[in-house]
Amino acid sequence: MSDSYKTIIGLEVHVQLATNSKLFCRCSTQFGAEPNTQTCPVCIGMPGSLPVMNRTAYQLALKTAVAINCEIPAFTKWDRKQYFYPDLPKGYQISQFDLPMSANGYLEISDEKEGRFEPKRIGITRAHLEDDAGKSIHDEVHGKADSQIDLNRTGTPLLEIVSEPDLRSSAEARAYLEELKLLLEYIGVSDCNMQEGSLRCDANVNLHLETENGKVATPIVEIKNMNSFRAVERAIDYEAERQYRVWQETGQRIGEAPKQTRGWDDASGKTLPQRSKEESSDYRYFPDPDLVPVLSTPEQVAEVRAALGELPASCRSRLSADHGLSPYDANVLVNQGRALLDYFFTTAKTCNDFKTTCNWVTQHVLRILKEQETTIEEFAVSALQLAELITATADGQLPKSRSKDAFEMMCAEKIDVATAIDRLGIEQVDESALVALCQELLATNPKIVADVQAGKQQAVGSLIGQAKKKNPNVDPGRFRELCLELVAKM
Amino acid sequence: MAITRADVEKVARLARLRLSEDELTSLTNELSQIVTYVDQLAEVDTDAVEPMTHAIELHNVFADDVVRPSLPREQALANAPSHNDQAYLVPPVLGD
Ligand SMILES: [Zn+2]
Repeated sequence: MSDSYKTIIGLEVHVQLATNSKLFCRCSTQFGAEPNTQTCPVCIGMPGSLPVMNRTAYQLALKTAVAINCEIPAFTKWDRKQYFYPDLPKGYQISQFDLPMSANGYLEISDEKEGRFEPKRIGITRAHLEDDAGKSIHDEVHGKADSQIDLNRTGTPLLEIVSEPDLRSSAEARAYLEELKLLLEYIGVSDCNMQEGSLRCDANVNLHLETENGKVATPIVEIKNMNSFRAVERAIDYEAERQYRVWQETGQRIGEAPKQTRGWDDASGKTLPQRSKEESSDYRYFPDPDLVPVLSTPEQVAEVRAALGELPASCRSRLSADHGLSPYDANVLVNQGRALLDYFFTTAKTCNDFKTTCNWVTQHVLRILKEQETTIEEFAVSALQLAELITATADGQLPKSRSKDAFEMMCAEKIDVATAIDRLGIEQVDESALVALCQELLATNPKIVADVQAGKQQAVGSLIGQAKKKNPNVDPGRFRELCLELVAKM
Repeated sequence: MAITRADVEKVARLARLRLSEDELTSLTNELSQIVTYVDQLAEVDTDAVEPMTHAIELHNVFADDVVRPSLPREQALANAPSHNDQAYLVPPVLGD
């Protein structure tokens, strides 16, 4: 069915910026406080109160805008967006209308893992700074009881990031969100906690169809209430199929129906119609007379850019270009976030072996983090301890065949590699002992010797097993080499 | 640009104002006069003048991101027509 239409998706992401106080007053932004204990005359819209912009909020917004490759105009201002809703005590939101603080950016996405789409650049129309509304708590049991309004969140700084309608599938939409979240976490502007509402996403979806009479577009639907990336994927897939069905039934095109808002219902797996909001021209935007514009110079923007540090995209290419990791591995490491990457770099630089470190981190460290449901910060084996393990294995102090045992023990008992080697009773078997063991086993297994002489080298395998029984510290690789050498000399 | 009665009705509805017939008539008149005056101003040649977006010449006024005490909850809720000592109470909100 998907080849009969193209799905056109644009995303609006709201990110709560990681400030201590609100955007226009000094109330705390701490999540989870008792309802209505973090409000003041400014954020509950008392007459005569005056907003003053939070410097840190503006700086975090600017940092984000630069990181998503936006242009930063020299002049920006704030406007009042007016509508009535119980969680909006001022009767208007302070947002940005015609002169947002940033525009024309982009974010690059790819799908290294499954290859469902080619790497592509997603345009970002604009990112602007605005204040958040409060929360309504509806009485779901009784339905008819009053709604409770908690205004603690009112006035929290939000950056709204609006993408171009450049996304063509739910997989692309998810990749965009994941890349954006990763970037925001890298530059430390938000905790991006979806459960706590620090990262929220709405999607605008419609279809482009090829018909006998040329190209046709279906009416645009805005989907709200998606509380996870998985929900975004499911909602878009559902909505595309629903629009195709509706189009087949009604033939309704864009412009023939007003833009509709639908809410995602995760339990039923459907989008349901919501009361349509007033059209955007009805918000009656006008410049907020209580706030002054913000001017920035190209030098200030350049300074912000210079202070950004390495972003995920350049980190991926550095790992593959300079350190020989595959694009796939580079992607896995970078996508784990800054903390894991710091761990990786510390280990890799200490043992001076990026590839081996990558194997350890992607295969073993990540597995154990997942099993233990823990984070790299709380992981039992420090980056330096992992480097010691890798070095001990390279030196031959720890046979390769036992390195995983040592690692598991280090994880379980929070010990360093030397202690693990000791407790596992690993001793380096010196060459002469290994030769002696080899000779002994060859002497007692004439059939194997004959097989090897006849060209069946794999027959040595059973000798390795016997050798390990006699001495668990035997390095199977070296033992095998020795056996073959000795047989050749026989 | 003339202001019609329908314009005033729309603006009143958006502002949640209930206007009587008399008020509608007089407001349509008054608003029309204001807009006519603006039309008159629009005749001035402003080609060489930078558009002004703000009445004040100030810019870049910021406050430090430091938390200060908020209002005690009793005070915050004091003016509310209805509350339960924790939250404002409003009639059930239509589909969110
Ligand atoms: Zn406040």
